[in-house]
Amino acid sequence: MLEPLEGSQAIAHAVALARPGVVAAYPITPQTHIVEHIAKLVADNRLRCEYVSVESEFSAATVALGAAAAGCRAYTATASQGLLLMAEVLFNIAGLRIPLVMTCANRAVSAPINIWNDHQDAMALRDAGWIQLYCASNQEAIDTTIQAFLLAERLELPVMVCVDGYILTHTLEGVSLPTQEEVDHFLPPYTFAHTLDSRQPLTLGTMVAPDHFTEIRYAHDQAMYQALAAIEEVDAAYAGITGRASGGVLEVDGPDDARIGVLCLGAVHGTLWEGREQARNLPPAKLIKLRALRPFPEAALRQALAGLSDVVVLERAFSPGAGGIVAAEVCRALYGTSTTPRIHSAVMGLGGRDIPLEAWQQVLALAQGPSRGATVILDLIPDHLEDGIA
Amino acid sequence: MLEVRIHGRGGQGNVVAAYLLAHAGIAGGLHAQAFPFFGAERRGAPVAAYVRLAARPIRLHAAVRTPHFVIVQDEKLLGLEETTAGLVAGGGLLVNSPADQATLHARLGERMQGRNWQTFGVPASDLSRQHLGRNIPNTALLAAWAALTGVLEPAALEQAMTARLKPGMLQANLEVVRAMGSLVAPGAWHDLAHHALYDGSAQHQETGHAGAA
Amino acid sequence: MNNTAALRDMSSIRQQQSRFEGLTPGHRACQGCGQALAARLVLESSGPDVVVANATGCLEVFTTAWPQSAWTIPWMHSVFSNTAALAAGMEAAFKARDISTKVLAFAGDGGTFDIGFQALSGMIERGHNVLFVCYDNEAYMNTGVQRSSSTPVAAATTTSPAGIARTGKRHLKKDIVAIIAAHCMPYAATASVAYPNDLKDKVRRGIQTPGPAFLMIHSPCPLGWMHDSAKGIEVARLGVETGLVPLIEMEYGQQTSAMPLRRVRPVVDYLKPQGRFRHLFADDPMARQELAHLQALADHNIAHYGLQESQPESGDSHAAASVRRGTVAVVPPGAV
Repeated sequence: MLEPLEGSQAIAHAVALARPGVVAAYPITPQTHIVEHIAKLVADNRLRCEYVSVESEFSAATVALGAAAAGCRAYTATASQGLLLMAEVLFNIAGLRIPLVMTCANRAVSAPINIWNDHQDAMALRDAGWIQLYCASNQEAIDTTIQAFLLAERLELPVMVCVDGYILTHTLEGVSLPTQEEVDHFLPPYTFAHTLDSRQPLTLGTMVAPDHFTEIRYAHDQAMYQALAAIEEVDAAYAGITGRASGGVLEVDGPDDARIGVLCLGAVHGTLWEGREQARNLPPAKLIKLRALRPFPEAALRQALAGLSDVVVLERAFSPGAGGIVAAEVCRALYGTSTTPRIHSAVMGLGGRDIPLEAWQQVLALAQGPSRGATVILDLIPDHLEDGIA
Repeated sequence: MLEVRIHGRGGQGNVVAAYLLAHAGIAGGLHAQAFPFFGAERRGAPVAAYVRLAARPIRLHAAVRTPHFVIVQDEKLLGLEETTAGLVAGGGLLVNSPADQATLHARLGERMQGRNWQTFGVPASDLSRQHLGRNIPNTALLAAWAALTGVLEPAALEQAMTARLKPGMLQANLEVVRAMGSLVAPGAWHDLAHHALYDGSAQHQETGHAGAA
Repeated sequence: MNNTAALRDMSSIRQQQSRFEGLTPGHRACQGCGQALAARLVLESSGPDVVVANATGCLEVFTTAWPQSAWTIPWMHSVFSNTAALAAGMEAAFKARDISTKVLAFAGDGGTFDIGFQALSGMIERGHNVLFVCYDNEAYMNTGVQRSSSTPVAAATTTSPAGIARTGKRHLKKDIVAIIAAHCMPYAATASVAYPNDLKDKVRRGIQTPGPAFLMIHSPCPLGWMHDSAKGIEVARLGVETGLVPLIEMEYGQQTSAMPLRRVRPVVDYLKPQGRFRHLFADDPMARQELAHLQALADHNIAHYGLQESQPESGDSHAAASVRRGTVAVVPPGAV
């Protein structure tokens, strides 16, 4: 039987299976249940680790950083304002090439203050130098969390596992947890080549002048590109043990003759999938689940979108004054290819607005309609514009 | 895919009820999903929680808008429009109330018009007070729903309760479940539930439909 | 061996002793940098079995110009405000791994009093086994001498300059030790580079404390204080002798020692050699008022911390490590 677990609880179990040495915790909706469940696992002696309840997300990220540098597998979790408060440390962690894993329970960013799901928080940190993987279900959240530790430690890069706040974190689903033996087999004990050790002193986090700075940034960039293959390999290795893959850098499904593609990130994938199932009268379309936003899988995308005439990029965030963020990146990936499809940039589900089954019809109508040029917010309620500024 | 919405007040065990129902569904071999109303409601405020049950994996991550069933933990909430909003025509309405069907329908007034809802009142609070010593009607209501629909074997519900309720509360709650079994007409909602569960087609057929759900 | 030879031998004993050099020469600190001296003394006292979390600041910049490093101990810098949390993370990892290495945190006054204060408070509250060392040079020196909440009242900095309408900084130096001690802190102390034996003793006590410990070291900055680079120790000693820089120890919120002042000097002796106080010696009523204010602050310290020694001891030296230990600390129930 599958285990009926709330998303947060499932993630907590996945973290525990990875045997972290240090967990740094600070509450923020809708992430809080994750660190609560981990605290309970520690209290019940089902997880032996140093559980550090810090005084801010800034310190949560930092404690995880210090612990990872001092030789422990480290984990923390956050969302929204907390992620942005961490921003300075997150860039620092990535630049120091520290392997650690963090869950982002994706939530809108204030103002207006809003505790519900969208992807604006993680999108704001896409240039921080972290690997960013998006999960479409609680099962993927479990599997991706465990994979993230291996990825991080193999590549010496931090990994952010993005999980839709509420939509996944607060939803109970039947999931399959790997056994401890399976995880131990998959994930070797933590190692970090630059561990702080008084018997072998080293200096970490030095001042780098213009003569070396570019090269260090270049090396980081190269490591991120190398992560593309590693994400595929690690997903495959995990599938070899558990029988489940999470889609590598991206996953495509749909009829071969489809001329329309719909690309999305996170839990909305399932809703669009069901929408497509239930609206058989509409033209065939491929669904592209983008799992890795960073590194951005340009080559895989070009392959996935080849032969399509229209691609809708559906996002839960945008850059004010510039439109769809992922859409812009998809355009860049496809620029110069011989048969570039039309890219339609669409936004839905901001600040927790429900994306219903009927979104599929709207998305397909967009794909079949004239090019709109700018990004379209598909679920805008014009009447509400008159209610003024929150 | 069968959808249920449970109404109650913050602190009344609404989410527990939804999680129990989904857990029982999974224990019974179904696929299930349960989630609370996503919000910041405080203790005592009207809240809702949702359950999906299906014979095939549930990928959908959207709100439940047109439930097949509504369970109401506090009958005073019947007065709120949102308590019955979206309930499908012919859907099942289970209310924690000693009142009979006619009384409940009268309370719904115009909202019943043309909806053909199948309404049951069960004395869940009375049973709960009797066996638990306090008013926590959620397990009694789940037991009633399980008996009415026949979707859940008693063993599945018991398994879910064993896993989720505090050990000290389990026995009394199991007694509530048994007592409720004799108070409702078993299978009264069988067709409604199974039609929803199997997407309107024959059992175990795993394809979707373009219905109202 | 005749007497003279024996004496010569005795006088060189100190030089012959092997000292641990955690911070090696060749770094890029300014001439007369008090912080460089203080950090060297701290590590001399701590020995090699330590790991250092270092805040952004002069100490970080002048010691680690990639690909070089002046540190012989494991050392890490993350960002400005998170040093205490970085140390806390390291300590948690060592605890999880059952490693006894002591974690030290190094920060300037900006990284302690101001931007790093929240993380420091959290680290102390959670009881991490970390010795946090604040190198207090009383302004943001790394960015070119801007006022911090540690800058003394009336001191001129680039963001609290003196002028017709202002006599330097308008606010009092934050009483950080009292705030730290109020965390029911096992050990919090102040030291000065002018008293190296006392400083090293306090480092040892901080390291031996099986929980959070705090040591603030008054460290002259010739650039920011505008004094002769060769006079740093002298200036620092005057700070102590005037009562403006009390050297004390606090255990669980109670003062347990003070460096006694055999001969209290007027504050002008400390202020005069420093350009940052030059404007106080102009013929100006506001300046006279601030001088009187600073003298009153010193007098308050002397009374509050009980610094004045009534019986001058013969043979006492300025470099004495002797401190007067007074009341026995009362350890509250449940404290670490």
